[in-house]
Amino acid sequence: MYKKLAVAGFVIVTFVIYSLHQRSEGSQAVQKVSTSQNNNSQSAASTSTSTAPVASTVNYKDGSYTGKSSDAFYGFVQVRATVANGKLTDITILDYPQDRDNSIAINNTALPQLKQEAIQAQTAQVDGISGATDTSKAFTESLGDALAQAAA
Amino acid sequence: MIKQTRLIMGMPIVLMMPDKLVTDKGIEEVFSFFTYVDKTYSPFIDSSVVSRINRGEVGELEYSDELREILAIAKSTKHETNGYFDVWHKGNLDPSGIVKGWAITKASEILGKYTNNFYIEAGGDIQVSGVNEIGDPWQIGIRNPFNRHQNIKVVALKDSAIATSGTAIRGQHIYDPIDNKKLDEVASITVIAPDIIDADRIATAAFAMGTKGIYFIEQLDGYEACAVMHDKTVVMTTGWGQYEIKA
Repeated sequence: MYKKLAVAGFVIVTFVIYSLHQRSEGSQAVQKVSTSQNNNSQSAASTSTSTAPVASTVNYKDGSYTGKSSDAFYGFVQVRATVANGKLTDITILDYPQDRDNSIAINNTALPQLKQEAIQAQTAQVDGISGATDTSKAFTESLGDALAQAAA
Repeated sequence: MIKQTRLIMGMPIVLMMPDKLVTDKGIEEVFSFFTYVDKTYSPFIDSSVVSRINRGEVGELEYSDELREILAIAKSTKHETNGYFDVWHKGNLDPSGIVKGWAITKASEILGKYTNNFYIEAGGDIQVSGVNEIGDPWQIGIRNPFNRHQNIKVVALKDSAIATSGTAIRGQHIYDPIDNKKLDEVASITVIAPDIIDADRIATAAFAMGTKGIYFIEQLDGYEACAVMHDKTVVMTTGWGQYEIKA
């Protein structure tokens, strides 16, 4: 009985966290942005001001919460969530796949200049779609764990 | 056209077969195989051989031939990518980065007994064979990493595979610990290769390389790639155009 309740509770919490994360993905409004000096992330942040803040419907306890280290296929991803005034204000990546022997040898001078263009939406009918699933899953897991602690 | 989707290994597995040559038994064989792979190699299942290895319950001498085959692919991938791809992390085994592509390849061999025309997808990684329902090469969209409801490229594939590696992490600063360069300039990288094992493992390693990844693939024969950057541009290898369909 208690086990069932615990499982049900876990499923609900996981779903809520997942929904929140999906919202953040859809709106591109990753809340964060702490010590950013990167122009791209600044512009990404400024374009997201019209969207609803992530986690606005959930009140968390203020503090910093470190999620579990989650596997991203080729290493671990671990995040720390910071909550201020009950809102998720910062997500910091603590751990990222690091087990690399040495730098990959690429002779850039021998390579042609690669073609670069602005991304453009394509509306052609397709049979299937290729997209990333790996690291984002580990990110979601670690963030979910951190937020579960914040909500506790 | 037969189309079936099941949720296995925590991701949708999609089969499409335009002709009706594949029997129900054949389809079941494919899905059962993915279930077997999940049970055997998932690090999230306590009874899997991977979990047992990580608990020290299975020694190297007891590894099955199949596991040795998977680990051999992993080892050569680590070598080919100068350590950017490794199934061992902090003493723990997680072969997921190889197993997904390997499982799709094995599933292709099962469907290949029935027909030359099929599509197999596991969580965004796709192997196609032959042609689609209207007799054309399979048309595959590449998802916009900034908007999951939009495609930013469409490619036509026949007897080849496509895999994408990326992350939902944005606005973060992730550094390559080796040369201290920013990794987060690349939002996703998509690789086309004849076989999904290769497309998958090379996409994973190339993504971990950050901005160097697309150049790494440019140097590989038989591989093409397109990298979506955080500045909302796309960089393509020189041979990419042979696959692209322009609207």
